[in-house]
Amino acid sequence: MTQVQLLTLINSAIAFGTVIMLGAIGEILIEKAGNLNLGIPGIMYLGGIGGMVAAFYYELHGGASPIAGLILSLICSILFSALGGLIYAFLTITLRANQNVTGLTLTIFGGGVANFFGASLNTLAGGVGQISVPVTSSAYIAYTPLGYMGTLGKLFFAHGFMAYLAIILALVIRRFLNGTRTGLNLRAVGENPGTADAAGINVTRYKYLAIIAGSAVAGLGGLFYTMDYIKGTWANDGTIEGLGWLAVALVIFATWKPVNAIWGSYLFGFVYWAYLYIPGLSRKTLELFKMLPYVITLVVLIIVSLRKKRENQPPASLGLSYFREER
Amino acid sequence: MDKEQLKGEPLLRMSKRGEMLPAWKSWGIRLIAFFLSLVVSGIVIIAVSGLNPAAVFATMFEGAVGTGKRAWVTVRDAMTLLCIAVGLAPAFKMRFWNIGAEGQILVGGIAAAACMIYLKNLPAPLLLLVMILASLAAGGVWGFFPGLFKARWNTNETLFTLMMNYIAIQLTSYFVAMWENPFGSNSVGVINSQGKEGWLPNLFSAGYNKDYGWNVIIVLAVTVIMYLYMNHSKHGYEIAVIGDSENTARYAGIRVNRAYVRTIIFSGAICGLAGFVAVSGASHTISTATAGGRGFTAIIVAWLAQFNSVVMVIFSFLLVFLQKGAQAIASSYNLSQEVSEMITGIILFFLLGSEFFVNYTVHFRGKKVSA
Amino acid sequence: MIALGASCAIKMENVTKRFGKVVANDHINMELREGEILSLLGENGSGKTTLMNQLSGIYFPDEGQIYVHGKPVTIASPKDAFDNGIGMIHQHFKLVDVFTATENIVLGLEGEGRFDLKKAGEKVAEICARYGFDIKPDQKIYDMSVSQKQTVEIVKVLYRGADILILDEPTAVLTPQETDKLFEIMRAMKKDGKSLIIITHKLHEVLDVSDRVAVLRKGEYIGDVMTKDADQQSLTDMMVGHSVTLNIDRPDPVDPKPRLEIKNLTVYDELGVKRLDDVSFTANSGEILGVAGVAGSGQKELLESIAGLYPVREGEIVFHSPEGKDINLVGMDPLAIKKTGVGMAFVPEDRLGMGLVGSMGMTGNMMLRSWRKGKGLFVDRKQPEQLANDIWKELEVVTPSTSFPVRRMSGGNVQKVLVGREIAQDPAVLMTAYAVRGLDINTSYTIYNLLTQEKMKGIAVLYVGEDLDVLLELCDRLVVLCGGQVSGVVDARSVTKEEVGLLMTQHRKEGA
Repeated sequence: MTQVQLLTLINSAIAFGTVIMLGAIGEILIEKAGNLNLGIPGIMYLGGIGGMVAAFYYELHGGASPIAGLILSLICSILFSALGGLIYAFLTITLRANQNVTGLTLTIFGGGVANFFGASLNTLAGGVGQISVPVTSSAYIAYTPLGYMGTLGKLFFAHGFMAYLAIILALVIRRFLNGTRTGLNLRAVGENPGTADAAGINVTRYKYLAIIAGSAVAGLGGLFYTMDYIKGTWANDGTIEGLGWLAVALVIFATWKPVNAIWGSYLFGFVYWAYLYIPGLSRKTLELFKMLPYVITLVVLIIVSLRKKRENQPPASLGLSYFREER
Repeated sequence: MDKEQLKGEPLLRMSKRGEMLPAWKSWGIRLIAFFLSLVVSGIVIIAVSGLNPAAVFATMFEGAVGTGKRAWVTVRDAMTLLCIAVGLAPAFKMRFWNIGAEGQILVGGIAAAACMIYLKNLPAPLLLLVMILASLAAGGVWGFFPGLFKARWNTNETLFTLMMNYIAIQLTSYFVAMWENPFGSNSVGVINSQGKEGWLPNLFSAGYNKDYGWNVIIVLAVTVIMYLYMNHSKHGYEIAVIGDSENTARYAGIRVNRAYVRTIIFSGAICGLAGFVAVSGASHTISTATAGGRGFTAIIVAWLAQFNSVVMVIFSFLLVFLQKGAQAIASSYNLSQEVSEMITGIILFFLLGSEFFVNYTVHFRGKKVSA
Repeated sequence: MIALGASCAIKMENVTKRFGKVVANDHINMELREGEILSLLGENGSGKTTLMNQLSGIYFPDEGQIYVHGKPVTIASPKDAFDNGIGMIHQHFKLVDVFTATENIVLGLEGEGRFDLKKAGEKVAEICARYGFDIKPDQKIYDMSVSQKQTVEIVKVLYRGADILILDEPTAVLTPQETDKLFEIMRAMKKDGKSLIIITHKLHEVLDVSDRVAVLRKGEYIGDVMTKDADQQSLTDMMVGHSVTLNIDRPDPVDPKPRLEIKNLTVYDELGVKRLDDVSFTANSGEILGVAGVAGSGQKELLESIAGLYPVREGEIVFHSPEGKDINLVGMDPLAIKKTGVGMAFVPEDRLGMGLVGSMGMTGNMMLRSWRKGKGLFVDRKQPEQLANDIWKELEVVTPSTSFPVRRMSGGNVQKVLVGREIAQDPAVLMTAYAVRGLDINTSYTIYNLLTQEKMKGIAVLYVGEDLDVLLELCDRLVVLCGGQVSGVVDARSVTKEEVGLLMTQHRKEGA
């Protein structure tokens, strides 16, 4: 493999990794509050389409400022995914619906909404052809002149700003979970809501906020995918759903630690794209190769359950509803 | 002072109902939720398309059951969905979160397709029998691993089966690449389109139009068998006891781990059979879309029906009817097909939420509660 | 009753709490005076914990008013409780296992300024030093002993500066030494000006530690009395309503022969803690053998080991069949035991969690013992249905039908279903754990009579109980457990209550 090839591979891995890293750290925040949200793919869909809708209408009405497009799409994306999170939170916390079933429904719903709007934007706006938001997308893709400076520059600085935002968010979430009062309380809610409640923590509020915030972060994964990864277009091919499930897998792989999610996401990206550079790979074996991230995650899941190391286990009350007056 | 006290009291308090609601009341609540969800879906459709709701619903009906062919397709898809839901029920009843139906369908479908391709010279009934057995076995194997790890090491089955789905999807892509026809199409195409080997035959008509009578017969047979298994067999009793309390099961001399693994294999096998029904009885091809999210939708069907076979039949039809109807709206008003997923999502949200009102009562602040 | 005033740390007026149709607390009027230790006494199920949970914000009262230091307050959440200086140490510890002691202690606090675990740890260490607690601030909860976990709970409350402490059956999980130490701490806290409530049903503890006793019975407030004016008899009278004259019919054993022989039984729990230590005794046919001991002395493990539900590390459990065969049951699961033909009936402590299937009706629960019968794939429902109907009639079970979920029945009826089924098996050995816990007097007598009938049929009955009076009047012999060891096997007809009480707290000397 040449140096250029390796560089391209690493850059693709980082771009791919950023999508699932955002999904995973959002889900970590939610799972730390004790909710297993299988709606992450749906939320990433919502985040993606939210940004797309805003950027599309902005540019349709003659908007030409990349920065304005960026801000509008960012806000709209966060609104969409947070709203998805709110639906999930309301059903699972207030109405105590089953988390798995609600999450799956959210995935169906989110995919439906996103692909419906994605495919209908044209029609609704009067048939403008292929949806594309080049102006807004350019703001997402842009990087500083440092990105052009040699191999190191290309390696470290040739990414859109969200690649860095993802790492920063991961570090911030880590710091939040381990180094703040609120983070401690949040972890207690996920481990043992009865205890947290007795300690005067408002379990309901914590869960709501964690789910909404986590959904907003996960939705950014969808936004990054639409605006940066596929350069401001919309593809109705179900890729986001696949990436969403991979994000859920990454949470297990990272044993619920945001920092592990950073390198884990790049590793997943690396494994995902490595086939391009392995000579003599037939199309058949290529598909088997793409299985690797899931197999690796499965192995990690099994090892974690075999070793029973307390620090690596899922939050103890993951997936359970909490109701104080239960007896 | 009184006011002071009232201020501190929470606005709403909820408590579990002391008594079970009579059936008509609980189903009434669900029905109300369903109508509310239709209203909301209607509003959404009108908002995005500006159409007359009455016309929309007429189109829906027309799309789902308007012609004999359409009605058969609706029946066919409802049967496949029902088969998966029925397969999931025993696993869920023992609180095993098998969200791996998607993968189990796919491996069942691969097995069926493989038989169609490699064993097409067998006599038709024998070929179909081998296909059924192969798909059962494949689905069973896909259920066995998560079941074993859950029983032995308490490995989280939700996450395990989720990963198995994607392994199955990649496996499907592998076989699609292997069986690609014609070359370069990236699909398997219709298998045995000439001789129709391994296709479920027409039951009622010999004509060109496909009826799906055999799909109905197979799936209804599975449903009845599952009903008997769950409600009258020793295994079914074991499942019910384990689902209620593992300690009680051990106390009663049930070998919990063994029952666990056996049930998950069974559950996976039925989902694998759904893969056979989808391949042999419907699409006559295999692709990653063979499962098409139905493994997930079926979870919701089984859950909402609380594993009651009859109710599962109703929910399967309802969901497929709505999906077909929504697709009809989409094509006749030039909207995206995906509108059906969106509407399915809305309806399911409402139905999920309605369970709360079946199980809980809400007290408002200041009102004294009697009994 | 003392008038509302500054002398009351807590005053509860007409506090009522219902769960569905059950009235757990019925118009309770109670008070805690400043600087006193109050015992809240009552039998299991009398509503003590429910009442206290309304002070700690776990439950919200349906009716009534609570005053703290004379001021009316609303305690809608645990946070409100803290704000009013009320701290409760629950029976089931409210701790996060994967957190350290300090993390658990500062949990939920809205401190000012930067979040500083180190500083908090120092403050924890300081409190520990003052009272002589043996916990390290950085120790994880899952590495701690039960007594250490309780200590963390107490430090948690002290750290928050609570001046009213509620301890819910704190001694149930402690050794006698640890109990003494806890009482010392409680007295020290009282000296510090704190007011304490201790929930208990152990009379000697009440007399030992408290200034005043308040008694609940079946959700009602019976009254209160100064400890110095009370004795065991008077408190028992208040607690159960009338003086304990049980008059349980106890015929002589019929032709007792060794039926079940326990030899040097030693078991460990999943955390590697020894639960039974070299236990040996023999249960005879035609007699009731009582098992006495404070809660958690190994009773549960003993019965579950015999039933094949608990892994045995060392020793033998030999069943001497009436036909003269000897069968060692160690290493068999319940199914294997059944297959060898040993008739083993077991009424476990956790009725709905182990003995019954809560979501099924009586018939479904009868099937728990018979479902395997018969060849073929399908279960027989007719015989169980018949049995359910028989038990329904004979034991006067109150239920609308044999398919009504047993979870929704009252405690007494649940127990009748369970005991009825177990007896119907025609066992050779009948084991019961806390068979009358939470039952009313009438149902309790029904159970006593059933057990005695079984004894007269020549069955070996093992009766694990907590009420010494019952053990002494119902059983023929008693095995006393203490800390997983047998501290004595005595004749129930001649031994005194005091002697048994002593054995219950007396650890066997090493090598004895």
